[in-house]
Amino acid sequence: MTTLTTEGELSRERPSAPDGTEHPAPPRRGASRVAAWLGLAPFAAYIVAFLALPTGLALASGFVDSAGALTFDNLAALGDPVILATFGNSAWLSLLTAVLGAVTGALVCYALLGVPETGTVRTAVDAAAGVFAQFGGVMLAFAFIATIGLKGVVTQLLLAAGIDIFAGGPWIYELPGLILPYVFFQIPLMVITFMPALSGLKPQWAEANLTLGGTRASFWLRIGIPVLAPSFLACTLLLFANAFSSYATAAALASQGSQIVPLQIRTALTSETVLGRENLAGALALGMIVVVGVVMWLYTLIQRQAARWQR
Amino acid sequence: MNRLAPSRAVRWIIAIVVGAFFAIPMLSTLLYTFRDGDGFSLVHWAALLDPAKTAAYAPIWAGLGNSLVLAAVTVVLVLVLLAPTMILVHLRFPRMRSAFESLVLLPISIPAIVLVVGLAPIYQQIGRALGTGAWTLAFAYGITVLPFAYRAIQASIDAVDIRTLSEAARSLGAGWGTVVLRVIAPNLRSGLLAASLISVAVVLGEFTIASLLNRQVFQTALVVVKNSDAYAASVFTLLALAFAFALLIVIGLAGRARTGKDRS
Repeated sequence: MTTLTTEGELSRERPSAPDGTEHPAPPRRGASRVAAWLGLAPFAAYIVAFLALPTGLALASGFVDSAGALTFDNLAALGDPVILATFGNSAWLSLLTAVLGAVTGALVCYALLGVPETGTVRTAVDAAAGVFAQFGGVMLAFAFIATIGLKGVVTQLLLAAGIDIFAGGPWIYELPGLILPYVFFQIPLMVITFMPALSGLKPQWAEANLTLGGTRASFWLRIGIPVLAPSFLACTLLLFANAFSSYATAAALASQGSQIVPLQIRTALTSETVLGRENLAGALALGMIVVVGVVMWLYTLIQRQAARWQR
Repeated sequence: MNRLAPSRAVRWIIAIVVGAFFAIPMLSTLLYTFRDGDGFSLVHWAALLDPAKTAAYAPIWAGLGNSLVLAAVTVVLVLVLLAPTMILVHLRFPRMRSAFESLVLLPISIPAIVLVVGLAPIYQQIGRALGTGAWTLAFAYGITVLPFAYRAIQASIDAVDIRTLSEAARSLGAGWGTVVLRVIAPNLRSGLLAASLISVAVVLGEFTIASLLNRQVFQTALVVVKNSDAYAASVFTLLALAFAFALLIVIGLAGRARTGKDRS
């Protein structure tokens, strides 16, 4: 947000400094400079209206009651046991699927080292990873309902084999039902974000290791894993934030209830009062932004460290 | 080929185990759409073209129509608003580049579900001023596609020396309009194409904002139809995923052509 305000202010306050001379080639000063700043204005205005303003409104609405007066009452709701439990659910679901997705995704990246970077396999895997990681949403929920839903194909196959996966109740529509679909979009995201780090490992390091008498195992233990650890951790954090903010899959699977924070926001937005409070959505949004913001800040911090090895 | 790569056997084990995890839900969904009572048939696929079913699928076609309009408007926003600003920042404000990057990547860190809380009052105003047409949602979608579109275009900008190109064109007497439209844009075409396609894919897959602002788009229509005809929802799910996959293959191949050209 800071960059935004400076950008906006600068474009207004920047004095025009015409030096009066004609330069044959850019960069030119004077009128051209002012025009360049003006050129930034439409995009800046758009960002203010549709990114800064909505985010600000979402966060501010947590501090306002129905009459428009300042209140910290909604914020106090974040300490409510029900809300705390929701945040807890979101946190463990995100952590579990982030770790599962990160480990599996890293293995896929490792295997992908063995196929040519411009080959058919790599192109197909990249495209599939993009689809599942970024555009699945509702459709992934449907795929899992068709697979392990109450009438799903795999459910019925297992039932024919005498195994009832829903013997303990229809968990697919509860919190545990979210784990498999979430892992399904976490693995591809790991492949997309971790692959550059793994490709950045230089074969020369392996050669140096071999020349100095090391083995394949010692290469990974002493060089590969230590070099990749920061990237791996950063990507795991990104996966955590991704699961924490994900809404569509959960909304399509659990049409009722509010087991995780995004679903709790849905309930708060669609019904008048939750837990006897108005504007709870704003307070929940604030809680969410704090969690995701801290995680993404750590991600950037660690990623910057990790980037030294990718040059 | 990379010397660090695992052996062929290990590669196959990983490919089969992880591949199965991804193949099973997709194949199950496909089998699910073939279900017909106790047997299997193509009846749920044939129903797509059945005039008697048109009414039942009307929400999907309407939603798809809205989504396509939204995709088009969003692509216009990317090409007319984002791309020129990126060129401008690259050429005239090089010191602002990293700040600009953090700004456009910001939507990654702001969950759509948070954005929608703040967008609700804004869209009430927009509804009053511009009507409740589906296309207005494109302003919000333009924000959600920012990081994706930015990365695609930036990859092209980094690969082409647009500073030299623009200086050459300027010294030959071209105005800025000519420089951007006839010199820089053609050189960035693979990035602009990738940014456009990825924006289309994001818009067609978007659910959160549309659903909570009560707009009818493709994904919200899927949920509506799912409640009455789960098979139809599965058929459309497979078709939409296949379409997104095709779009991303095209993006991948376009990017490949670009890197190939650089090496030669």
